[in-house]
Formats: sequence, C-alpha cells, structure tokens
Amino acid sequence: MSADAATHDDHTPSMWSWKRWVYSTNHKDIGTMYLLFAIFAGVLGGAMSGLIRWELAEPGLQVFNNETQLFGMLTLGNEHNYNVVTTMHGLIMIFFMVMPAMIGGFGNWFVPLMIGAPDMAFPRMNNISFWLLPAAFLLAFISLFVPGSGGGDGFGGGWVLYPPLSTTGHSGPAMDLLILSLHVAGVSSILGAINFITTIFNMRAPGMTLHKMPLFVWSMLVTVFLLLLSLPVLAGALTMLLTDRNFGTAFFDPAGGGDPVMFQHLFWFFGHPEVYILILPGFGIVSHIVSTFSKKPVFGYLGMAYAMVAIGFIGFIVWAHHMYTVGMPVDLKAYFVAATMVIAVPTGIKIFSWIATMWGGSIEFRTPMLWAVGFIFLFTVGGVTGVVLANAGVDQSLHDTYYVVAHFHYVLSLGAVFAIFAGWYYWYEKIFGVKYNSVLARAQFWLFFIGANVIFFPQHFLGLQGMPRRYVDYADGHAFWNMVSSWGYVIMAIGMLLFFAVLIESIISRRKADANPWGEGATTLEWTLSSPPPFHQFNELPKIK
Amino acid sequence: MIRLPQDKNTRVAVMAAFGAVTMVGAAFAAVPLYDLFCRVTGYGGTTQVAVGEAGEILDRQVTVYFDANTERDMPWSFEPLQRSLTVQVGESGLAYYRATNTSDQPVTGVASYNVAPYKAAPYFSKIQCFCFTEQTLAPGESMDMPVLFFVDPLMDGERRMDDVTSFTLSYTFFETDGAASSSSDAAP
Repeated sequence: MSADAATHDDHTPSMWSWKRWVYSTNHKDIGTMYLLFAIFAGVLGGAMSGLIRWELAEPGLQVFNNETQLFGMLTLGNEHNYNVVTTMHGLIMIFFMVMPAMIGGFGNWFVPLMIGAPDMAFPRMNNISFWLLPAAFLLAFISLFVPGSGGGDGFGGGWVLYPPLSTTGHSGPAMDLLILSLHVAGVSSILGAINFITTIFNMRAPGMTLHKMPLFVWSMLVTVFLLLLSLPVLAGALTMLLTDRNFGTAFFDPAGGGDPVMFQHLFWFFGHPEVYILILPGFGIVSHIVSTFSKKPVFGYLGMAYAMVAIGFIGFIVWAHHMYTVGMPVDLKAYFVAATMVIAVPTGIKIFSWIATMWGGSIEFRTPMLWAVGFIFLFTVGGVTGVVLANAGVDQSLHDTYYVVAHFHYVLSLGAVFAIFAGWYYWYEKIFGVKYNSVLARAQFWLFFIGANVIFFPQHFLGLQGMPRRYVDYADGHAFWNMVSSWGYVIMAIGMLLFFAVLIESIISRRKADANPWGEGATTLEWTLSSPPPFHQFNELPKIK
Repeated sequence: MIRLPQDKNTRVAVMAAFGAVTMVGAAFAAVPLYDLFCRVTGYGGTTQVAVGEAGEILDRQVTVYFDANTERDMPWSFEPLQRSLTVQVGESGLAYYRATNTSDQPVTGVASYNVAPYKAAPYFSKIQCFCFTEQTLAPGESMDMPVLFFVDPLMDGERRMDDVTSFTLSYTFFETDGAASSSSDAAP
C-alpha cells in the first residue's frame, strides 16, 4: 500500500504556498493547522494560569494591584482583571486548546488514516470548521480590551457565564463579544462533528465493520455525537443570554418571570457532556499507546468501545451534580448522586482494561508510553475525587472550593493534556516525518508529571481547608500550600520550554522518520503508510480482513 | 413525506444537522417545559394555585412563617404584618403583607415567591395572592396586600410529608418598568 500511495506523492504543494493552508481541503494539513493553533492557544492560556499562580503565591495582591509592572511597562490592573484572567484561562483551554488539539488535530489526522479513507467526507466544510476557530478566538481576544463590568475591561464572570453576573453584572460589550465568540466556536465544532459522523459511517475501508474500528475512531465517534447534541443547547442558552442583555427578554431575569437557575440547567446540560468531549479522545489515544507498547491487542476491545458509548450516554443525565447548592429537593439530589456514581463503572472498565492490556505484556517505556501511563495514574486520582464530589452532602461543603479545582485539573489539565502529549509523541514522526529527541521528551514528561502534581495535589488540601475558587486573595492560613502550588507551576513551565526544545531540535536535525517506529505492536492503518503519509493516501482502498 | 438526499454522505450530514437543529429547539423548549416542571413538581418551592377552598379540614396543625424581601436598590419597604400563622390542614388562612413606596415617584413591582420545604410545595395552594399581578404604589403610598391560602389535605396521605409541621412562604419584590405585561405566575 505504501509503495502504491508513494507514487502519488508528487502532487504535494509547496510548504510555503499560502494557498496550501488558507484554501486547504486536505485533512492532514487541516489537522496540522489545528495542532499549531492549539499550541498557540495553549501557550496563551498557560501564561494566564501563570498570572493566576503568581497572584496566589502569597496572600495579598501581587500582580493585580494596579502597580506591579510586567516587563517594566504593563500593569495588569485591579482585581477585576484577575477574574477576567481566570475566566479566559478556562475558556481558552477548553475551546481553543483541548478541543482543537484532540478533535480538530488528532481527529482530522488519524480518523481518515485509521479507517482507510482518502480524506474527510466534506473536505471544504473541514476548511470552514478550522478557519472559524481563529475568528472565534479573535472575538474572545478583543473582548479583553472592551468594557465589561463597571470601569473594568473584559468579562470576569467565570467560564460558566452564570447570570445575573453575565447579564446585568457585565453590561459592557465584552460579554456580547464573548457570546459571539462561543457561538462561532460552536458552529465550527458542530460542522466538524457532522463531518466526522459522515466520515466514520460512510467512508470506512471495505471489511472494516464498526466492531473492527480502532478505538480512537470509536472515541471520536462518541465525542462528536456528544458535540452534536450538547453544543446546540449551549448555543440556545447563549442566545437567551444575548437577548436578555440586549433585547429586553427575561429568560433568566426573575423580575420578568424568568429564572437564573434555568441557565445553570441549560449550561450544564451542555457542560457535563463537554467534559467528556474533552477526555474521550484521550481514552482512544491512550488505548492505542498502551496496546502498542505492551505488544498486545487491547484487552476487552468491545467492552472498551461500549464503555465509551455508556460514558457518553450517562454524561447527558447527570448535569445537575454541578448545581447541588442551588436548592434542589433531596430526592432529586439522590438521583443525581446515584447517576453520577454510575459513571465510575464504565470508567473503571476502561482503567482496568488498560491495566489488563499491560498485564503480561512485553512493555517498553518509550516516550508515549510514559505519558499514557502517567495519564492513567493521574486520571484515576481525578476520578476518585470525582466520586467524592458526586456526593451531594460532601459537595455542600466542597462546592466552589479548591478541592473542585484540583479535581477537574486532575482529569483535564493532567488527564486530557497528558493524553494530548501522549498522542503528540506517539504520532509526531507520522505527522512531521522527522524523529524527535526522546531524552528531551522524557525530561519534559518528568517535569510535567512532577510539576503538575506539585501544582494540583496541594489544592486538595486548600479546598478541604475551605479556600474558595475565583478569589484574588485568601486568608493567611492558606499561604503554605499556595506557595507550593505556585512552585509547581515553575516546574511545569520549564517542562513547557523543553516541549519547544524538542520541537526545535527535531526541526534543526531533520532525522528522517520511519514508517513505523514502534514495531510489531503498532497495528493500525496509519503505520502502513510512509512518514509523513503521502499528500493523498489510499487511492486504492485497503482491505480489512 | 420528506425525501432524503440520494448521496449517502449528504444524507448522513442532513440527518446530523437535523439532530443539531433539534437540540437548539430543545433548548428553547426547555423554557416552557421548565416552567411546567416547576409547577407540577413544586421544584424550587413552586406553589399551587387553587380556585376555591379545600374540601375538608383535618385535625392537623401547621405553622406558616412569612418572609419578605425586595430586590437590591428597589425603593420599597416590604414586610409581613404577622410573623406566623397557625392553621389546620385544609383550613384557609389569610395573611397580610405591607409594602410602602419610600421614593418620590411611582414604582411598579412584581413579586416572585416560593415556599420551603420544597418537597411540600405541591401541597401549598394559594387562592388569592398579590403576587399574581403587578402592584403599583404612588410616592409614599402604603398598601396592605392579602394572601389567601390553604394546605392541601392530600398532604396527610403522604408518609414523606409526616415530618412537615411548618411552611415558610417567601416573597421577593422586583421592580418592573410597568410597561411590560405581567407574567408573574412563571417559574420561581
């Protein structure tokens, strides 16, 4: 196959032709653009978390005090700007880093390759999906510099956008721009979801039944269904916010007969599936990596696939566990507690199946395997605190504390991000056609692993001590673990520098990549092609036995 | 009957797009459904509206406590004229609230309300209430506003309600611009 495909390689347009990228309809080029966009957004979102950790390193105001100057020229203003930074950190990391990297990046690159398809079903729609994203990002970025609340610029009401803080609380245009930005990002994702569904249903190579599909493709299929069904609800809720703000409706305004709590229901009906959207592709990636480096087929393939389907389904019926403190009847809480805890069952199936895949395998701890095993460990820690928080009674005390922050960073910042890096180093040679320096990449892993734990593990203690989220300052008693947490950020930031060192080193040294650097364990179709794959692949469809 | 496109890719895409549009519709359908859900289940302490008095009066007493709030910056003082009222289950009770406009211009307000404990809200029925309509007070004007209510005797048949010995009825007045028509019977 690879020999056959290579003969078509000569159509590849020049790297430096701008039309190749702007007009691109090639799933691999679009995937690459998504990945680069995600790196860019991730650096910005990561810098924002740096400001947060700097501010919280000590009690009192370090950064957001109208005085401290960045690079000797820029002050970061007052406490309102701290809220803006935490809000934007969340939105950027979710909508402009993890989603583009996982779905747009790895999804675009490897769904067609793994199912033996020449490209996505709708290549031009794929182009629109990508280019809407920078537009959305630009709108969000502009919102930082226009009036939000009172004298302050930007929206500082948290990524959940609850009214009345997002309606009467932020009367300036910043919130309108943010609504527009999320609308555009939502359209981008929905178009992408339609494209993936069509591709996966219609373009599998002959012989590849749904039950022979690689697990990453399964994970993407479940993910895009969640996107398709949950994002429109966010779009609806955002539209209601917009009309409440500008056109005198009262969906969320009690003075007009509305109810602000209804926004929370709508938001979390989207928001809970959204967190699974962020993590499910990671499940797929990690399954392949664990199987590849254990040199065994993944344990319990069908169980793994249907566990993801179950997680996706249950994800739609647990949303109110984010809202235990709004005043729900006890019976309703009991339902949401039970339903939430049920998620631990399919998730447990996945964790134990990964362990069973490794069990008795001929394990090689190459770079991607380190990230994947790190993912399994960290995600399990986050999962355990999730079961703790699922209890409505416990949550009454821990709601909106740093315990929650620690929990969702363990599953997202460590879970999803570690899965992204695992995928990055698993497919790096395939995507870019050059080898990377695995010593540097391993060093990055260890700095990340230690740094991330030093940042977030102490936040469990802070939360249990009662330190609330989203405050610029805190009581002196919380000082020690906050300082530890901020040092963790420094460690992780050095790891991030190593990430770029790996990238630059590989660009400079240009060691030609192998078609399959991982050996017999790597069995999916992308390893049958050259690295990088030909510009157009599978002109003759592969047959799956 | 709708004819689906022949091309199989377009067909799947159209079905998926239809799914997305349906979910937008579902989000907006949630507005009336949520309102209905609140009134049927007493979610969030939504009370019932009754047209007449309860049929029977039981030998079981409940105490109803009264609570009053105004929106921040609303220039009214608003308070219940009695802190509590003890009634038999099924017996109609009449309570008064007093609102005073403390500003120098007319102010129109509408009250939202709920009742605690939430689980017993479906058994708290109002026959007549100032909260069903908008209220306008002239500058300095003071008004006593009645609430006529009863506790539904059906409550006695529910074991889950055996521990309910008191209700707290709470109102919050919001200022309206007066022009909009009242929709005050909506969700809590």
